[in-house]
Amino acid sequence: MLLKKRERESAEINGSSMADIAFLLLIFFLVTTTINVDTGIGMVLPPPLDPTVEPPPIKERNLMKILVNNAGLVTMDDEPTPIDEVQAKLIEFIKNPEASEELAISPQAAIVSLKTVRETPYRIYIDMLDEVIGAYATLRNEAANQNFGRDYSQLNKEQKDIVDDIYPKKISIAEPDPE
Amino acid sequence: MAHFKKKQAGTKQEVPTSAMPDVVFMLLFFFMVTTVLREVTLKVKIDLTKATNIEKIEEKRLVSYIYIGPERLPNNKLGNDKVQIDDSIQEDIGAIRTIMYDKLLEEQRMIVSLRVDESSEFGLLTDVQEELKQASTFRINYSTKSEATRN
Repeated sequence: MLLKKRERESAEINGSSMADIAFLLLIFFLVTTTINVDTGIGMVLPPPLDPTVEPPPIKERNLMKILVNNAGLVTMDDEPTPIDEVQAKLIEFIKNPEASEELAISPQAAIVSLKTVRETPYRIYIDMLDEVIGAYATLRNEAANQNFGRDYSQLNKEQKDIVDDIYPKKISIAEPDPE
Repeated sequence: MAHFKKKQAGTKQEVPTSAMPDVVFMLLFFFMVTTVLREVTLKVKIDLTKATNIEKIEEKRLVSYIYIGPERLPNNKLGNDKVQIDDSIQEDIGAIRTIMYDKLLEEQRMIVSLRVDESSEFGLLTDVQEELKQASTFRINYSTKSEATRN
């Protein structure tokens, strides 16, 4: 009988370099990953207007008209206003602490209308919108502290709804006049 | 003279490394799953503006993007403001309505994130918004970078 004699190689695969390969891949994915969170100003658009239906009448005193031109100059109810005073003026308009005849009847009725022209750079438009949102954020924070003794961001869902009802965000983005 | 014998601990000095590949693999899978390899190639220039009062979008799956900005031309030049959806520039603003409506049918709670260059004009944006209204995609988001709060 012929006996085949052969040196046997080890049957195991050498696994010591696996860690190196895994590290290499890990570093690749670490570098390419971007955990970016999208941030921005959330808005809800109104449904398209039906041209045959008349818009409901709004009392003049409940409407704050903010006009912004393409140079970033602002008028609030036809009164020129520097941009850093917009927020304070809006808060006064919405809260109306002295129950003035000129300002909103109640925070619930207040409507802020923002109107720009077609040439306005986006930056100026967002700055303006930011001021309006900021005014509402300040008011809601105030109401949250009064009612629940905490900041608005720390309230739960139901409490937020209550505060939202006190100061509903009614912002109207008016379309610019066609040229 | 007293002879001090160095006391030596009986344990081995090496840290066991046999579990290291497992740990590394776990990390690897985490990053593989979270990585988004291919993002949209931008054909327009987008420099986002900054705002203070911003919120995060938690549900990234719901977001679909619209890019508005000056078109990138060869030789590093910039053209007119254009609208880009997914990978192509939409020359016809009226087509946005159908595109967005189709997307809305796939995901009812869709949020449209408008990534607009800070210098583009409001006019084009308002045209796009009008189309979004027609497509009944009402939830929008003006994408901005965050600015440190002024105090």
